[in-house]
Amino acid sequence: MDSLLFLAFLFLAAGVIAVPIASRLGLGSVLGYLIAGIALSPLLAALNVDVVSIQHFAEFGVVMMLFLVGLELEPKMLWNMRGKLFGLGGLQVGLTMLAVTAISMALGLAFSFAITIGMVLALSSTAIVLQTLNEKGLMKSDGGQSSFSVLLFQDIAVIPMLAFIPLLAAPDLIEMFSAEAADAAHGTDHGTDHGADHGADHGDGHDDGHDDGHGPSEPGMIEQLPGWQRGLVTVAAIAAVVLGGNFLTRPIFNFVSQAKLRELFTATALMMVIGIAVLMTFVGLSPALGTFLAGVVLANSEYRHELESDIDPFKGLLLGLFFMTVGAGINFPLLAANLLPIVGMTFGLMALKAGILLILAYIFKIRGGDKWLFALSLAQAGEFGFVLLSFTVANEVLPASIADQLLLVVALSMLLTPALFILYDRVIAPRFAASQSRDPDKIDEKGSVIIAGHGRFGGIVNRALLGAGYETVVLDHSSAQLDMVRTFGIKAFFGDATRPDLLHAAGIENAALLVVAIDNKEQATELVHYVHKNHPHVKIVCRAMDRGHVYELYAAGCRQIIRDTFDSSVRAARSALEELGVHPYAAERAMRGYVERDLMALRDLAELFDPNIPMHENAAFVERAKVLMAEQEAEMMGEREEHLTRSERGWKHPSGDNPSVEEL
Amino acid sequence: MANVLIYTAHPGRRYSHVNTALDAAASATDATCVDLMADYPRHNINVEREQERLLAHDTILFQFPLFWYSTPSIIKEWQDLVLEHGWAYGSNGTQLKGKTMMLAITAGGSADAYGKSGYNHFDLRMFLTPLEQTARLCGMTFLPPYVLFGALGAEKTDLLANHVAGYTQLINGLCNDTYDRAAAAKNDLIFADTIPDLVKG
Repeated sequence: MDSLLFLAFLFLAAGVIAVPIASRLGLGSVLGYLIAGIALSPLLAALNVDVVSIQHFAEFGVVMMLFLVGLELEPKMLWNMRGKLFGLGGLQVGLTMLAVTAISMALGLAFSFAITIGMVLALSSTAIVLQTLNEKGLMKSDGGQSSFSVLLFQDIAVIPMLAFIPLLAAPDLIEMFSAEAADAAHGTDHGTDHGADHGADHGDGHDDGHDDGHGPSEPGMIEQLPGWQRGLVTVAAIAAVVLGGNFLTRPIFNFVSQAKLRELFTATALMMVIGIAVLMTFVGLSPALGTFLAGVVLANSEYRHELESDIDPFKGLLLGLFFMTVGAGINFPLLAANLLPIVGMTFGLMALKAGILLILAYIFKIRGGDKWLFALSLAQAGEFGFVLLSFTVANEVLPASIADQLLLVVALSMLLTPALFILYDRVIAPRFAASQSRDPDKIDEKGSVIIAGHGRFGGIVNRALLGAGYETVVLDHSSAQLDMVRTFGIKAFFGDATRPDLLHAAGIENAALLVVAIDNKEQATELVHYVHKNHPHVKIVCRAMDRGHVYELYAAGCRQIIRDTFDSSVRAARSALEELGVHPYAAERAMRGYVERDLMALRDLAELFDPNIPMHENAAFVERAKVLMAEQEAEMMGEREEHLTRSERGWKHPSGDNPSVEEL
Repeated sequence: MANVLIYTAHPGRRYSHVNTALDAAASATDATCVDLMADYPRHNINVEREQERLLAHDTILFQFPLFWYSTPSIIKEWQDLVLEHGWAYGSNGTQLKGKTMMLAITAGGSADAYGKSGYNHFDLRMFLTPLEQTARLCGMTFLPPYVLFGALGAEKTDLLANHVAGYTQLINGLCNDTYDRAAAAKNDLIFADTIPDLVKG
């Protein structure tokens, strides 16, 4: 337990220190984590930590990431991507495999080795690429979408690869190869010994840690079933995910929301993701693919933003851990011993992959900066490579010595990827940005107006804005309210709008306006304060519950403060005057005057209000309030003439004898 | 028997002795009286309703205090919205054709104030030409306005009482068709003391 906590502290501390520095230097978080991992590696080695099993655990972050990607992707969008998914993805995997296999054979490797290496190196790093694309906001660009299609196809392609690799098992070939290698490299005993250890570690890690990973594992009891039954179970599992996502989510969340506990939602979200991953592993499918599918199913649900913000921190932490383990897993003695060949292979591989991607970009009409983004982002090998390599060693498909060197190539290429993104950012993107006539940013599903609270108040605002043609995102924390709203076909999402992460998921960065219509005074003030401070570009219209709340909201930075019952009270007063026989226009003017004076007083006092000083201890505030009260009292005592509103004076002449200027 | 519609508009009605008295007099006649400020205290004029009112009447009388040589703003708003192209004017705008428009105006200034030598420099009719032309464009007959000068002190003398009595007579004359429109048209302005000559019987 202690050692686990210590390890957790170590990784967290390394990330907390390295990532902000890397971000400040413009290197991106991924490189920060990788460097943190490298810095940690001597310490981890000294503590005898099994980095590989941690890595397998951390790979669950990829599962979560694909769930989140799925949430962003409506089924219709996925369907529209099918051409790219299979065309672009299929060709990338196929062509890269062919090329790597051919080159490996040309270098004198046996065919079974060569094609295995081809499979391992054809895959790219979903973790690094998606994380970086998201971080840079490039996901929705043509290049980003194409990269995503390819990564998704690779995720699918891993399944047949894992089925195919055991068929290539060649123990005798490996024995022969190892003997040759031992003869050839007698002098470098030390380095290869270490490498062999590492390889063995990796194999072990695979055996006990693989189930956590995002690659498909060996099917459990399903394996004993005949083929058609296995197929049936697989289809049933997918159907369960789709149907469950569609029909069970709402009742589950309704049930959970009764407890009114924030952490239960997080627990529910985690339960869903882990449950799907387990189910997929059970039937022998990729957990990442399963959760991705679940994400797509839930993309249209009102719980989308809630799920997104619940899972996101876990995903981020696990991916960070994963990147650190990649950095920590680099076998430096082996690298030092074979520096030139391994670095050469890494660069060669990346050049080859980028070249193939460029050709595909040309064929699929990906143009301009997007072409380079596509080619550079996918040029590395990825974490699937780790999974496949450990799998190949365990199945005696590749000798450990080759696998270890390939592990280094994969890790190095991942390490270099952030550098390629920097190259794209600094050199390529600016060049194309200048020459392209840029379309205005598409804000996608994210509305330009966020409405927090869809009760009687927010609901009217929402309908009015929708009627005027604005896109809105509605957030409400009441399930019952959402059920009601949904029957009217309004796009509303479940969640507590006062949480920054949920605001982020609802697109506060791109929003023009926030309407705060939540019932809780303190939460409303807090929300206004947060958004005013952190997103100063967002205009805020906020409902106040009473005068005190007005002062608090004013202090929090809001200037469009609407008291929730004020206008209706004023109208009621006006109706009362009319019913008492006052001329309707006189009643109208009386209430206009009342509103004007009231707002003036309110503004006066709001300027003097200080949220840090209790109202009764705020001398200036108390003084002004007294003056205003005296004025109001005088007015009620009948000294009305003093208080005629400016415009009303125009209708009245000072004395009966002289004409007022206006009445000629 | 003519249907007479009286539009009154005084935003500061409770301060106006004259218009209050005129309103009371008008209400006692057979004419339809509409207080625009009461119907539309927030200036949200209902165009359809107003057009129906116009169609139902032959003579339209606007009663208002002269503000800045013009009508109170709600009458301008009423004109802008109700007198639509294609309805009141324009090639197909013939709905008001043949009807009569008349004004009943109270002015704070004295009769001397109007004209070349007065401080208002122009004749009152000059200030009213936009309304006169509006009537003409709509195919309506524009009758000379019924005017009370020096309205601001009128309640202290018998000026007001005379004016109100003349007003009642005028409206009744318009309703009963006993008001000699042709003879009236020969005048620039109509005053309380000219009314008896113009109403027959």
